[in-house]
Amino acid sequence: MLSRSVWDTEASAVLPRTAAAVRSWNATGLPPDTVVIALALDLVEASRDKTIGKAARRLNAARPGFRSLIMSTGRSLGGDTIVNDPHPLERLKTIDPRWGDEATWAVIRQAVRPFTTWHFLRALDLSLDSNDEIVRVPAEQAVHLQALGRTVWISGIVTLLCLGIGYPLAFFIAGLTPRQRSLVLMLVLLPFWTSLLVRTAAWLVLLQTNGLVNDFLLWIGVLSEPAALVHNRLGVYLAMVHVLLPMMVLPLVGVMTSVDPTHMKAALSLGASPLRSFLRVYAPQTMPGVVAGTLICFIMSLGYYITPALVGGPKDQMLSYFVAFNVNMTLDWSLAAALSLILIVCVAVLLGLAAYILKRNAQPMGLAP
Amino acid sequence: MRLQSPFQSKLGTAGRALLAIFSAGVLAFLVLPILAIIPLSFNPVPYFTYPLEGFSWRWYNEIFGDSPTARAWQSSILNSVIIAAGATSISVTLGTLAALGLFRASFWGKNLIWAFFMSPLVIPIIVTATGIYYVYSQVGLANSLLGIILAHAVLGVPFVVITVSASLQGFDHTLMRAGLILGASHFRVFRKITLPIIAPGVISGGLFAFVTSWDDIVVVLFLASAEQHTVPRRMWSGLRDQISPTIIAAAALLTLTSIILMLTVNLLRRRSGQLLAKAD
Repeated sequence: MLSRSVWDTEASAVLPRTAAAVRSWNATGLPPDTVVIALALDLVEASRDKTIGKAARRLNAARPGFRSLIMSTGRSLGGDTIVNDPHPLERLKTIDPRWGDEATWAVIRQAVRPFTTWHFLRALDLSLDSNDEIVRVPAEQAVHLQALGRTVWISGIVTLLCLGIGYPLAFFIAGLTPRQRSLVLMLVLLPFWTSLLVRTAAWLVLLQTNGLVNDFLLWIGVLSEPAALVHNRLGVYLAMVHVLLPMMVLPLVGVMTSVDPTHMKAALSLGASPLRSFLRVYAPQTMPGVVAGTLICFIMSLGYYITPALVGGPKDQMLSYFVAFNVNMTLDWSLAAALSLILIVCVAVLLGLAAYILKRNAQPMGLAP
Repeated sequence: MRLQSPFQSKLGTAGRALLAIFSAGVLAFLVLPILAIIPLSFNPVPYFTYPLEGFSWRWYNEIFGDSPTARAWQSSILNSVIIAAGATSISVTLGTLAALGLFRASFWGKNLIWAFFMSPLVIPIIVTATGIYYVYSQVGLANSLLGIILAHAVLGVPFVVITVSASLQGFDHTLMRAGLILGASHFRVFRKITLPIIAPGVISGGLFAFVTSWDDIVVVLFLASAEQHTVPRRMWSGLRDQISPTIIAAAALLTLTSIILMLTVNLLRRRSGQLLAKAD
């Protein structure tokens, strides 16, 4: 599926003659007659075989309005008389004046190339102009970079919240007796084992306008009228932290239980303040757990789809939503593939970073000065 | 001793109390939302507020009763069970074989194969799901139970590989050699020696695979038509518009299932820990 992001034959399969003809065109200005005739023949044939819709959709994705241009041109070009026309381009212009425009031909030229970086450019809110230069798309169409930024931002906030809440909790759990610890860990594990949809349903019920949380806040007088707690960013943060907190706490507890308590006692008896001994002795030894938990949380949040889709509003959707949207709604597999690849690259970079950090820290660990 | 100076120990006690209160709050945040909705599923009226106005099985009747919607719920439950059981058996078979193979062999590219098996864990589920959908719709597996079973099996394999590999960590090779020398066939050695030792790993991996399939919504969202709807898929449709208490009843049932599964895994882990301790 990912190959669809760079290998795209939707247009060239329908317009094979054009694809062949543009290869001998030096790609500036208006095309030579060979290209025009090739396109015309392709359109007539595709119109007859009813395959023209595919090419029209692909071209329409490149430039809105091309669907009608392609469809109507295909319909109006009766038979193959255009082959004998001394001025085929003039003939096309009489059907639709846009054929006299260099930009129109640039779109055709770019679309029939089977190997393309165009979908990646689109996934990054860029495009090609008629001179094959990379340009930014107009701001009102630029949704993907924003979504990527939002995905990283939400994931970062959620991960930090998980770390901030999870570290003290793990510290508390690690200090319990083994028997108490396994009991409390069951409480941490319960949400981990509960279906994602159940947890999301629970938050929807609790946070809705006349839900339990609002009722409670009204009752204790914090609020004077129900607040919007769900279908916005707050709901997304709450639900995502709830889902991912166990992922942070479990590796932290694992690391903290293996920290030798005599180290802390030694630091304290040597005269370090509690804060100082915590920062210099305890915290460094828990770093592997912090790194592991942070990365697990961050990587998992990057791919979140269900939770933001249900408890978020339209402005809280993450990159995964756009992958699903392009597959389900616009049937734009190539763009979905390009967005997917961007997600995978983010994850791979993080994993590489994690492997590097863990390897580098493996030796000095446990020998903290 | 300076450690016991009144100032520090007082700070320590206050700090400990604060930490305990904070932790209790976080644990409540983790557990209460899940538990709070369960009683609501017994509310005779379709509101999500306390106090309850009575007790009724009304919403459970909407799932297990005889109305058309109830029958749709029942067919989703059946679908969920078939898919999860099928996917789990495939994941367990493939995952166990893979773990055994990777454990015994040492060859170039072993890490690469390991990474390959683990990839469904780290690749965002939406990417896996759309990829599977793209391939399956070309070979005619989309919109079929078999397709969903195969897709879920892929997602479950890494868990089985991990848990079985973990249980192989303490495995003594000489046991197998002893069995072979004493004249047992390879299959008999596997059945009588290897399998009993890795059994806890196989079972807990299987439970993970089962839960993965049982909870999955994203793959089902792409691969299932109305006929193959699972319980999470029905809940998804329900959650997108007005939430009905029937959804909450279904959620309560799912929570019950997960509590049972969690306790089972916990029990298994304790038992395999005891086994290892005995072996030492």
